[in-house]
Amino acid sequence: MTETILQIKNLTKSFSGIKALDDVQLTIKKGEVHALMGENGAGKSTFMKILIGLLSPDSGEIVFEGNTIKNSTVNEISKRGISMIHQEILIIPELTVAQNIFLGREKEILGNKSGWLNDKNITIKAAEFLSELGVDIDPNIKMKYLSVAQMQMVEIAKAVSNDATVIIMDEPTSAISDREVSALFKIIRDLKSKGVAIIYISHKMDEIFEICDTITVLRDGKYIATKSASELDKNSLIAMMVGREINNMFPEPVLEKGEIILSVKNLNKKGKFSAISFDVSAGEILGISGLMGAGRTEIAEAIYGLSPADNGTIHINGEEIKIKSPQDAVANGIGYVSEDRKRLGFIPQLSVKQNLTLASLTEHCRGIFIDNQKENVAADQMIADLKIKASGRNQKVTHLSGGNQQKVVIGKVLAASPKIIILDEPTRGIDVGAKFEIYKLINSLAAKGIAIIMISSELPEVLGMSDRIMVLSKGIQTAILSRKEATQELIMKYAVQ
Amino acid sequence: MGNKLTSRFRDIGQYGIFLAFVIICLILAFSTPKFFTVSNLMNIGTQVSINALLAFGVTFVIITGGIDLSLGSMVAVTGVLAASFAHPDTYPLIVPVFIGLAGGLAIGAFNGLVITKSKVPPFIVTLGTMTIGRGLALILSNGRPISNLSDSFNFIGGGNILGIPFPIIILVLAFLICSAILNKTILGRYMYAVGGNEPAARASGIRVNHVKMWVYTICGLLSAVGGILLTSRITTGQPNAGAGFELDAIAAAIIGGTSTSGGTGTMTGTLIGALLIGVISNSLDLLNVTSYYQQVVMGAIIIGAVVLDSMGKEKS
Repeated sequence: MTETILQIKNLTKSFSGIKALDDVQLTIKKGEVHALMGENGAGKSTFMKILIGLLSPDSGEIVFEGNTIKNSTVNEISKRGISMIHQEILIIPELTVAQNIFLGREKEILGNKSGWLNDKNITIKAAEFLSELGVDIDPNIKMKYLSVAQMQMVEIAKAVSNDATVIIMDEPTSAISDREVSALFKIIRDLKSKGVAIIYISHKMDEIFEICDTITVLRDGKYIATKSASELDKNSLIAMMVGREINNMFPEPVLEKGEIILSVKNLNKKGKFSAISFDVSAGEILGISGLMGAGRTEIAEAIYGLSPADNGTIHINGEEIKIKSPQDAVANGIGYVSEDRKRLGFIPQLSVKQNLTLASLTEHCRGIFIDNQKENVAADQMIADLKIKASGRNQKVTHLSGGNQQKVVIGKVLAASPKIIILDEPTRGIDVGAKFEIYKLINSLAAKGIAIIMISSELPEVLGMSDRIMVLSKGIQTAILSRKEATQELIMKYAVQ
Repeated sequence: MGNKLTSRFRDIGQYGIFLAFVIICLILAFSTPKFFTVSNLMNIGTQVSINALLAFGVTFVIITGGIDLSLGSMVAVTGVLAASFAHPDTYPLIVPVFIGLAGGLAIGAFNGLVITKSKVPPFIVTLGTMTIGRGLALILSNGRPISNLSDSFNFIGGGNILGIPFPIIILVLAFLICSAILNKTILGRYMYAVGGNEPAARASGIRVNHVKMWVYTICGLLSAVGGILLTSRITTGQPNAGAGFELDAIAAAIIGGTSTSGGTGTMTGTLIGALLIGVISNSLDLLNVTSYYQQVVMGAIIIGAVVLDSMGKEKS
């Protein structure tokens, strides 16, 4: 158990003068599950890209099974036995499970030199590896019919078939259910007992403490420490990651509430949700909680007109309105920050300024022409108000960190001066420090009298931020809890009802 | 100012192509004395004008993530339409011009309507319109060229104002207007947004379908200007005119740095792309290279430009 299999020393990598990794080290022992932790931007992905040969380091040494690895390609490194399960799984959907497992290695694996394929052999071989992992997947089925969790299993089978001795898993649980997580953990423990080392990257603290033996923390591209998981707890780990203790993640709630602004009555959408009724007052934060598939995002999209409800009524300031498209919603003072920032949040080719003003462009124009001066002033104001860290208003959004991208998306919605804002998973994929800033921002919006609906999967977030919490289960609202009565246990009880 | 200018060029990602264009012009100026004469430059400008007009139109379309293959057919239909009303001593000049433009507008709007209402990919819709348009041109003209056009109509493609060929004047005007639309109007900004990330544009409250209607309609209108220019220049309404023009126009846009995946592109780039194509074919003519080889050279330049562009992107 104590034999070192992979050792990385003094690794440094710069991008155009900025050090992404500065003298980083990592030691992986045979059969251990080693967590690599750090905020977004700490250098984890650059580190892993170097390890699997996608990037080459400026300096430093990688010793794997006693040999120094230098200038190796992705292929050579995977042949040596280091495999990575990427967060966004790389598969060919139209090929079968077996074809995917052996893709690119058909000749070597099957000892077949002719160039003709033998799908039967591939299938038999694939079945062997899958059953070795204890995974019940038909190797003949096309990849596109599998769930994300099953695809992950196939990726792991691929790594195992490659005789991987080190497997890197990047956020493996970000898109799978709790039950699938426990199946994954069983496989990880299995691999571990066979001496395979796992480098486990995740933001989810509970998982880290459940599955990992050792934890290495990076911060701002620097190595902070490596500790045994048993020496640490959540708070001390967060402190290592952010470099300071976060005692109170959530700002003080706003106490003054105004009149009811948004009133939703009996909203229905077939197959998605039914009989949804609630009110939100000025300055109030209504949390919406529920498990995956409970209909949270669907309700938000119905109110915003992205996917309107079948029936039911929406009143704003007591007046009934019809919302059939996002334009209707915006015209009625509703703003929406989607959970899917990349897909629905920003336009990657446009600058920070251009994204910030996208939803309110008609206010910065003379006739059909954009008023540059006005637009610049508005953008700079928003950048200052939201403390967006960018080199300037003309920087591209794609070059910002996740937290700052999220601020740009919120800024875009705010620029249209909404009375009601729906925030869907506002802190997803954002690191701890930036989360706190987003929370402060949300509270300051409430303080200005904006009615806020906040959907979140993170219970501490819902509990810490909301004045009231609506709990959903399978498309039905099972409770609306006040801040006082709400607890994690109570929310879960209603969520699984 | 200098700094602002260079940063603008870098920003629009056409520094390389602009440089290539200047270098090629310099080489030509030294290798053939005929190149840098006023008459030859005017000649290039006139030859480039139609392709540039179509390329401006298709640049709008490509920026929104679409494509328009019906440009060449629209040139033919609008040319035939205009020619039918341009015989001497029939109607005043405004009539054929107006009818030609209206024809382009209508076909462009039809493209936009089908694309936004049916959700059929623009490639397929405009492939259909391309064939329909060609058929319409043949129907309207009975399959025969329409000649005997009025002098005033023929002035559009063949006349001069203060020694500057009229097509060049139209080209410059069109460039200024198209640049302004793209850079200075809300519509232009929305085009980039729709092409960059359509779902996000929709979620931002942008009427994506309106934007698409606009770009295909503008594209049709510019094709009509091209069709009228061409008809006037060859003094005949040709139902077979404009075949393959769409590909030259798309090539100019792509050489100029417009990404076929949408969201990026500039009118300046497209103009340089069109000029580059014009200069190269002109110089190959001057150097007595046969037109067969010209096609090979042109193809190589299209690929080369995109390869350079993507290499540049990787570096940054």
